[in-house]
Amino acid sequence: MAAFTIAAGTGNWFSALALGVTLLKCLLIPTYHSTDFEVHRNWLAITHSLPISQWYYEATSEWTLDYPPFFAWFEYILSHVAKYFDQEMLNVRNLNYSSSRTLLFQRFSVIFMDVLFVYAVHECCKCIDGKKVGKELTEKPKFILSVLLMWNFGLLIVDHIHFQYNGFLFGLMLLSIARLFQKRHMEGAFFFAVLLHFKHIYLYVAPAYGVYLLRSYCFTANKPDGSVRWNSFSFVRVISLGLVVFLVSALSLGPFLALNQLPQVFSRLFPFKRGLCHAYWAPNFWALYNALDKVLSVIGLKLKFLDPNNIPKASMTSGLVQQFQHTVLPSVTPLTTLICTLIAILVRTQQMILLPQPPEYQGIQPSIFCLWFKPQGPRGFLRCLTLCALSSFMFGWHVHEKAILLAILPMSLLSVQKAGDASIFLILTTTGHYSLFPLLFTAPELPIKILLMLLFTIYSISSLKTLFRKEKPLFNWMETFYLLGLGPLEVCCEFVFPFTSWKVKYPFLPLLLTSVYCAVGITYAWFKLYVSVLIDPPVGKTKKQ
Amino acid sequence: ELYHSLPFFCFLLGKCFKKGLKGKGFVLLVKLACTVVASFVLCWLPFFTEREQTLQVLRRLFPVDRGLFEDKVANIWCSFNVFLKIRDILPRHIQLIMSFCFTFLSLLPACIRLTLQPSSKGFRLTLVSCALSFFLFSFQVHEKSILLVSLPVCLVLSEIPFMSTWFLLVSTFSLLPLLLKDELLMPSVVTTMAFFIACVTSFSIFEKTSEEELQLKSFSISVRKYLPCFTFLSRMIQYLFLISVITMVLLTLMTVTLDPPQKLPDLFSVLVCFVSCLNFLFFLVYFNIIIMWDSKSGRNQKKIS
Repeated sequence: MAAFTIAAGTGNWFSALALGVTLLKCLLIPTYHSTDFEVHRNWLAITHSLPISQWYYEATSEWTLDYPPFFAWFEYILSHVAKYFDQEMLNVRNLNYSSSRTLLFQRFSVIFMDVLFVYAVHECCKCIDGKKVGKELTEKPKFILSVLLMWNFGLLIVDHIHFQYNGFLFGLMLLSIARLFQKRHMEGAFFFAVLLHFKHIYLYVAPAYGVYLLRSYCFTANKPDGSVRWNSFSFVRVISLGLVVFLVSALSLGPFLALNQLPQVFSRLFPFKRGLCHAYWAPNFWALYNALDKVLSVIGLKLKFLDPNNIPKASMTSGLVQQFQHTVLPSVTPLTTLICTLIAILVRTQQMILLPQPPEYQGIQPSIFCLWFKPQGPRGFLRCLTLCALSSFMFGWHVHEKAILLAILPMSLLSVQKAGDASIFLILTTTGHYSLFPLLFTAPELPIKILLMLLFTIYSISSLKTLFRKEKPLFNWMETFYLLGLGPLEVCCEFVFPFTSWKVKYPFLPLLLTSVYCAVGITYAWFKLYVSVLIDPPVGKTKKQ
Repeated sequence: ELYHSLPFFCFLLGKCFKKGLKGKGFVLLVKLACTVVASFVLCWLPFFTEREQTLQVLRRLFPVDRGLFEDKVANIWCSFNVFLKIRDILPRHIQLIMSFCFTFLSLLPACIRLTLQPSSKGFRLTLVSCALSFFLFSFQVHEKSILLVSLPVCLVLSEIPFMSTWFLLVSTFSLLPLLLKDELLMPSVVTTMAFFIACVTSFSIFEKTSEEELQLKSFSISVRKYLPCFTFLSRMIQYLFLISVITMVLLTLMTVTLDPPQKLPDLFSVLVCFVSCLNFLFFLVYFNIIIMWDSKSGRNQKKIS
């Protein structure tokens, strides 16, 4: 009986949380799944039945393989398990095949791969220092962090309803972050390199990794005031890092290099023919830009400044994925977005390099250059990573709203340690999660998404408020008002709008409203995070790296 | 709700007796009686217009024409029917009288004990045992009626966590054929596991399996007067739990994956009912033992303190 007790994990809260969320995921198996389900079934079929040389050329289905090779190999391994469930799903010609066994297999594969995510959360919890050990369990930062990560609403609905494999990918990212916290830099770099070859969207945060590893790992010591000691550059470390990255890339892209298919692979991975915004506008800066453009064009038409014949009909809001021209404001090209993103990350380069730094401005340094000139160890790296992810979400080309998770999950690690970060996190996460609502538009999922969202939001706000109750309140009146406004917005979009006459004339109005409202919140959170990185209080004495 | 009515009656009667029939008790009795009669009259007034009307309502409420049991239910009669087809052998009125007698006899000790010593804990335990007796021995019981027993068990969950959790697991298992018909296998398995994990982590049930925790101390002391070697009760119960859980899991797997043989198409549902019935009989004995021996220890403790 004693063995049974140990096996049942009496009193082990982490296992209980992990098991609980796994059981919840099992309950979500029969829910709505999007076209991503067919995408992954198609990739299973492609990798199973075709030779490697055909993988990036196959186009029977419209959902062509557009992830890096490691993910293709992952699908290949999965397909060998899939054949025991239902052989038919591995036929490339069986478009939109979704028997009950296929569904069961795919859903269970996502749930199973989340094991890596749970392990990564476990490792991250080890990096968080519990402030006062005497508190009760539900007030410990480790407990709150575990719930915020494992029971994350966005991850649950994107992975287990909408259907994607983000769980284990974020597990890899969190694992690499945890390794960097534990000063195991080589492993961190290795995990990140592997992650890049699973899904190239993580390129957004690669600059943070690059600069941090270069500054804090390759330069082994600092001068007493915290700046870099140039003669402590370690060639061995640089070369070993380079070797790791090179080997991983060789393993991934090598076969395709040998087959002379690299251009084709890259054209699949980076499809710039798609438009600035996705079919549903991600709530970033360009959503606000588009909305402004629309408003100005309407005003211009009304005031007769614009000729109606010059305006392209049904631009942008028609919900199709194409290239569009803006009507009033200058049009945006991919290059523009790249430049904006880079500027956001590396702002004030000119000032930093040219002007001398008076002592009182020592504390005011921008993000990447913060990492370089005044490293604050892994915590500073994490802030920079979050800021990179959020900036690229704000200014990127053809950003999907799911990319907000890339900023939310690392931010969770920051939120349990400082009150300022907690308030930014709560705004970002609430608006980010709300912006995911249009992904699940079917009626049976409506109660599920509303209740799960309420559960997560109420828990995160109350637990973080309790954790930081000794400091000033987390929200001011403006932020509270904004967050409460999400409720009426949801009621309007889901319950009131379908019964009005506007449903026929402007069917995309609720999406537009959701996107613009959330864009305001996310921009505000980005701005606050940026300011907090710039004006972070001087840490004081140096840390020997 | 007849399942729960007798304990209410006995508890209230016991309270009246305690206050003394020659004073406050009598007043309370009269007040209770008036309340009950008044509410009954209010509900039934429209149907008292004709005698035939009243009889028809009664006939619909107690469908004695439907037979001893319908389909498969984790009942004594259904399980007994596997070996001896009593449903077909005995005439209808004999079945009625038999089930009535068995039900009444099985709940009599607990009710008498409650009348003599009304206490909150005794009341809840008697609710459990009466409902269980009704479920096991009554006429025309539906499988869903096990919920009428599960509800009072939830009320004693905090005092006897181990046995209550075990009972609630078995009660969900007994509904398996019904849930399969409704295609609720995955949700029921998941929620059963979630419930089990919740009980294990919040009540630490596996640490509360000693005799004292199971409220069986006084019982085993009494038995040890005659059989000095009776020290293995706690371990026996743990083994029984293990066997029960393993059987339930195996039967669930078999029902889902295998096809029943041609000659016995209902094999698995009958097996489920049979195993559940055995478990329920064990629980009936256990709860009755607790009720009978608990009051004794209560009295003894009062004497000591």
